[in-house]
Amino acid sequence: MEMLKVEKTFETRELSVNMGPQHPATHGVLRLVLDIDGETVVKVTPHVGYLHRGIEKLGESLSYFQALPLTDRMDYVSAMSNNIGYCVAVEKLFGIEATERAKFIRTIVGEMSRIANHLLWLATHALDIGAMTVFLYCFREREWLLDLFEMICGARLTVTYPRIGGVRNDVPQEFLDSLYKFTDEFPSRILEYETLIDQNRIWLKRTKGIGVISAEEAINWGLTGATLRGSGVLYDVRKHTPYDAYDKVDFDIPIGTEGDTYDRYRCRMLELRQSNRIIRQCIEKLPPGPIMADAPKFTLPPKDYVLKDMEHLIHQFILITKGPTVPEGEIYVATEVPKGELGFYFVSDGTGKPYRMRVRAPSFVHASVLPRLCVGHLVADVIANIGTIDIVLGECDR
Amino acid sequence: MLIDTSATTLVTLDDGTKILPPNVIITSLDKVINWSRLSSIWPTTFGLACCAIEMMAAGAAHYDFDRFGIIFRGSPRQSDCIIVAGTVTKKMASVIRRVYDQVPEPRYVVAMGSCACSGGVFRTYSVVQGCDAFLPVDVFIPGCPPRPEALMEGMIKLQEKIRKEQARWSLWR
Amino acid sequence: MAVILERIEYSPYKKLEPLEIAEKIKEKFPLEAVDVISFRDQVSVIVKRDQIVPICKYLHDDPHLSLDHLQDLTAVDYSGKKDVRFEVVYNLYSIRHRHMIRLKAQVPESDPRINTVTSVWVGANWHERECFDMFGIVFNGHPDLRRILMPEDWEGHPLRKDYPLKGPEKEWSGYVQVVELAKKLKEFEWAG
Repeated sequence: MEMLKVEKTFETRELSVNMGPQHPATHGVLRLVLDIDGETVVKVTPHVGYLHRGIEKLGESLSYFQALPLTDRMDYVSAMSNNIGYCVAVEKLFGIEATERAKFIRTIVGEMSRIANHLLWLATHALDIGAMTVFLYCFREREWLLDLFEMICGARLTVTYPRIGGVRNDVPQEFLDSLYKFTDEFPSRILEYETLIDQNRIWLKRTKGIGVISAEEAINWGLTGATLRGSGVLYDVRKHTPYDAYDKVDFDIPIGTEGDTYDRYRCRMLELRQSNRIIRQCIEKLPPGPIMADAPKFTLPPKDYVLKDMEHLIHQFILITKGPTVPEGEIYVATEVPKGELGFYFVSDGTGKPYRMRVRAPSFVHASVLPRLCVGHLVADVIANIGTIDIVLGECDR
Repeated sequence: MLIDTSATTLVTLDDGTKILPPNVIITSLDKVINWSRLSSIWPTTFGLACCAIEMMAAGAAHYDFDRFGIIFRGSPRQSDCIIVAGTVTKKMASVIRRVYDQVPEPRYVVAMGSCACSGGVFRTYSVVQGCDAFLPVDVFIPGCPPRPEALMEGMIKLQEKIRKEQARWSLWR
Repeated sequence: MAVILERIEYSPYKKLEPLEIAEKIKEKFPLEAVDVISFRDQVSVIVKRDQIVPICKYLHDDPHLSLDHLQDLTAVDYSGKKDVRFEVVYNLYSIRHRHMIRLKAQVPESDPRINTVTSVWVGANWHERECFDMFGIVFNGHPDLRRILMPEDWEGHPLRKDYPLKGPEKEWSGYVQVVELAKKLKEFEWAG
């Protein structure tokens, strides 16, 4: 009998999987629809907007002072940096400048919140990839920092400490002592985290060569912050257009070479050391003086005068409810938050409420680059990519 | 003859025999089962916004949640309660309801934070003013965000509520 | 491996003043530029919307300007304050030369369309989707123009000035469905 040749063909189809809004690894409410062929990802469609709270529209109906607490809730992991970005933008719009001491204090808390953000980023990124011990170690340091925040302003997470024209109140001496002790011990703690994962074979296999993006493409996509610096572009708003006390302290900017997840991870770990350095210098150079600018038309009067004196009470009331008299015009100011470049674009029409308050959130832009990073990799690499672009959905959706 | 069913010890009948009134077994069974349920509440991770960070901090080493028996599970099918932590938007409402419907009974809902209790700071076009518009909530924890200790007190209050339960999830009544 | 660097001196081109950049735009596109406004050393150039893609391409490709970083793309609703209702605002920055400029393209209310700039900066994709969602401005040639922050079948454009803050009278149908479902299933719940 003749043997018939039979050709067996395997029919495969692409599968569409929903990585829903409720997922332990999506850092909030991000929904990804993955089209996969076997285990390889063919197309990714991110759906955002599950946390859209209408902050921009709400800002148009509140005065500049009242809209300040809304900015805490955007990037809730590093709330101080959002407040600093808002205050720097509004101060430029008003045409006033914070005092020297206030600038140094804002730099200190800004860098503290940068450390807190990178610790949480490392904790969740490592937890998603599988290194669960790093989560507990990082939260130990973060609790120290949050205790220090509570010492100066009473709140751990949604602080509203930087104010327009300066800061809310002065820092006590025990805060500076405890923070100085923190900067002494922190480098050894960073070494602890690095011992756990830096040369680990599993970590290297899961992060090297994943999510590669070249420098020109990264600039074209609008990436900023450590996500861009991992590809070798030196763009840091603190060096390009310095604000607060960043031109008076000495620090380096780490940049990567390959543009993959491992380089971005190394950039952020080196940034932790640089932030430590900045905080030490600021504590040593902290000048004495007032903490609120002397511009009575645009800043709130000190609280103990408000409680005692009628004129200051009326002044504070009018400033908060009706708002200050702002010149007409528009302004765009960018600051470097831990996630990238946070920009505030204000259009003012002469009244005390912003006519248009636009927040340029780095997470929004970074979430749009996910399809470009994930195509061609495996499903497990999607998780590594979400971790490396460092998004937080509160900021992405505003 | 009429027996006093609220008694918890032996009751003497007319002809001298002593019997256990029927409630003794059921209330002891209630106590044991309620104790076992409250000692290991397993919530689904449902962190939406800022309160999620405080929930994670409560689960980390400093304010340990594991000592209460509370372990965060990833899937709603394997959990007992859902902690709605953060702002609930209208786009997300159907997702939350669907996740809640997937949790097997006995199930509880904890609304953590001002936004989940009543909309919070955000009185806008896209925010649901309180997740109790479409979910039956057991414990409300106010705060913006509530400290990890406040979340722990909320869970302890939930445990108290479970301890006193008599007929809610008891199929033997 | 990541390397630490202090400050790289880039190419010999120097940083231009914003007014110089505005002058360059006016000489290259004299018919399009409507106005130049300066406020607190930031300059905005108001242009007509027809030639927006050639203007952006010129700003992106010219080696002296090299405005390669699109910081922000948004829109403002000047209903009642100006003749032309919408203005699409492009905030541009040059990483090489460290100068910035702002372009504002006028979009009338009767025909809210403008060409997309995704051919110049790919990152403009999501920004334009958000403008469409919030203001209703349609971008011609956009690869995937649909709502991004609001649900797909939402009616109305929230950031317009005539949209109420607390939302319209009629509730969104998706949310109404959830509340109806909750009411139906309430009989199976134990009220405490």
